[in-house]
Amino acid sequence: MPIMKRLALAASAAAIAASFSAANAQETLKIGTEGAYPPFNNLTADGKLVGFDVEIAEALCEEMKVECEFVTQDWDGIIPALQAGKFDAIVASMSITPERMEQVNFTDPYYVNSLVFIAPKDSDMDPSAVGNMVIGVQEGTIAAIFAEETYPDADLKAYPTQLEAWSDLDTGRVDAVLADFGVQYDWINSDDGACCEFKGDPVSSDDRIGIALRKDETELRDRFNTAIKAIRENGTYAEINKKYFPFDIYGE
Amino acid sequence: MEDYATLLGFGPQGWGDQIASGVAITVSLALATLPIGLLAGFLVALAKRSPEPSLRLAGNIYTTIFRGLPELLTLFLVFYGAQIGLQQVLHLFDPEASIEINSFVAGMVALGAVFSSYASEVFLSAFRAIPAGQYEGAYSIGLTNGQTMRLVILPQLVRIALPGLSNLWLILLKDTALVSVIGLADILRQTGIAARVTRQAFLFFGTACLIYLVLAILSSFAFTLIERRVGRGGQHS
Amino acid sequence: MSEMAAAPSTVEKPPAPPRGWTRERIFGTALVALWAVAGLGLLAFLVNAWNPELFQKYAPAYLSGLGVTLALVGISVTAGAVLSIPIAWMRMSKNKVLSAIGYGYVYFFRGTPLIAQAFLVYYGLGSFRDQLEAIGLWGFFREAWNCAIFAFTLNTAAYQAEILRGAIQSIGRGQWEGAAALGLSKFQTVRKIILPQALIVALRPYGNEIILMIKGSAIVAIITVYDLMGETRRAYSRTFDFQTYLWAALIYLAIVETLRHTIEWIERRLTKHLKR
Repeated sequence: MPIMKRLALAASAAAIAASFSAANAQETLKIGTEGAYPPFNNLTADGKLVGFDVEIAEALCEEMKVECEFVTQDWDGIIPALQAGKFDAIVASMSITPERMEQVNFTDPYYVNSLVFIAPKDSDMDPSAVGNMVIGVQEGTIAAIFAEETYPDADLKAYPTQLEAWSDLDTGRVDAVLADFGVQYDWINSDDGACCEFKGDPVSSDDRIGIALRKDETELRDRFNTAIKAIRENGTYAEINKKYFPFDIYGE
Repeated sequence: MEDYATLLGFGPQGWGDQIASGVAITVSLALATLPIGLLAGFLVALAKRSPEPSLRLAGNIYTTIFRGLPELLTLFLVFYGAQIGLQQVLHLFDPEASIEINSFVAGMVALGAVFSSYASEVFLSAFRAIPAGQYEGAYSIGLTNGQTMRLVILPQLVRIALPGLSNLWLILLKDTALVSVIGLADILRQTGIAARVTRQAFLFFGTACLIYLVLAILSSFAFTLIERRVGRGGQHS
Repeated sequence: MSEMAAAPSTVEKPPAPPRGWTRERIFGTALVALWAVAGLGLLAFLVNAWNPELFQKYAPAYLSGLGVTLALVGISVTAGAVLSIPIAWMRMSKNKVLSAIGYGYVYFFRGTPLIAQAFLVYYGLGSFRDQLEAIGLWGFFREAWNCAIFAFTLNTAAYQAEILRGAIQSIGRGQWEGAAALGLSKFQTVRKIILPQALIVALRPYGNEIILMIKGSAIVAIITVYDLMGETRRAYSRTFDFQTYLWAALIYLAIVETLRHTIEWIERRLTKHLKR
């Protein structure tokens, strides 16, 4: 592990980086992601970003013939950070919502998602009778907003990351966790999530996931859209899909 | 049962190297903030003891704001607010330009502002502890204002203010942990990631606490050394 | 001609200011003007960004967050005050073991960040669910609110113990000796002679500790207790509207300033007899 390199990074970070970027020079593209959302984007013990989002972003960059550099950013500040220019695109399983559309531009969806509950196997939790259960969600996600609107009587607990919500499901602090199908699927099939299973059918579906860009970046959006189409057609997408999920996540 | 030594070690399965880099970030952030905070604190103290009421007012507004706001909120105000503000100012000159305030700089500015407003109080009470005779004596032997400050007052001031400042340094060291919330990979963030991924929360957050304790103990040693040096200087002069 | 020109200027000129425009005065006025511009700018921004829909949606959330902040600080400072008494007593004890325990406690909680302590209690103890269940404590630590109170109480107790110790030790030996000479018991001495004097000394540090706790409690949302700061961050993450943070700043400043002035007022009342 290059500690010295990190030190040098910290030292250079001390200078305010003012980049006077011209619109045409885009050899490197900075991609913002969260890094706490397995299997879509998460960090390994040696500090590497891995996951479906990461591989899709890498494939898209290769298709667009640009160098890509990943930046991790906490979820609750990810859109302000994009707007502030800390990176040029968010590839972090972000749902396309009208509220976000007011702030950012989205590409065409690169996968489709639904919201689903998980709970311990011995629990008789029923999504149609949530009542005053304790429901864990990640703050700032569509799951949080959906739960707030749909289950006004439930005791909602909002966590900074998805991992903490699961950790409290395991300890029994929350009765159930509401989140994206993809992440929940991966977790209940991992050793950590062996405690739990899906409860009922997805409570909302057809939630489209796109790449967020700054409002004025229409040219970049078109390039991303072309690239998404290209990796769909040349089989790269299917290959990445297969590595993470036994089902087709693109939906159609 | 996973092996704790492996988890905290420096191997590919261990988080030791990440945590070490977190320690480096925490320490460099605190060290980078210190001179800014000291200088700003000294200037604010000068303003607050000035015979000029407007200077005193300006200084008091500064300390009221930065001692009244939660440190975490100050951090967010700088991180998001300064970014938006600077961006707009910059766009007046060049619509294409973009400026980035990273979490390290935001931390430095916010913690520096908090540190300086507390430090100004420490300096102020140290100033009060220096008898007027010291100034009068200095002027009577023909020293200018600047010389009096530099040669007569400052050496005594440092000695009197040192315990208060060392306390503020310890607070600064702890406050750097807040910067983990805006994404700087310091001790707390690195141990937090490790805790989430490995699900060994007690091990990693306990380690984080112990590292902060060790840093505090090392700082105390350093301050004892400095105090001894400064104290000895005082006896000779 | 020259006389004519000079005359009106001397007549219209207001009485000379007591001091001229020294360098300090110019600088100070410029700084105050800068603050005034910043304040007016803030006001203009908030008026400009005023959005009744936003206010209606988030004002109740802010209010409940404020309630959470005040309750959290109120309960933990009170519980911490109780807990600080045995700790201060241990710190001052002549028994080496007791004083070492007291010292270690104070050193740990003052030497580590509150945010790390909160993580340690909430997520750290969460990984000992089975053990805690066995001794019947899981019911308590299951709730984030209890964990927050627990961590904050332990933290503030360490600071308050030091305040208490400092105040008691600031009372001169003569007070103890005088009371003993009058035949007062140790308990009577503490209650009637030492504590009233120590509390006057401790009033300001106690006030500062409450203020520090109000500011420090802003981290509690990381363990899912949504206080004023937590509600602010939630509102920001939904609206991306920067005024959410500015409102929070104004509320925090108002609380802290009110508290500070109240404490100063109490101190003035209590120390009236000491002024000549």
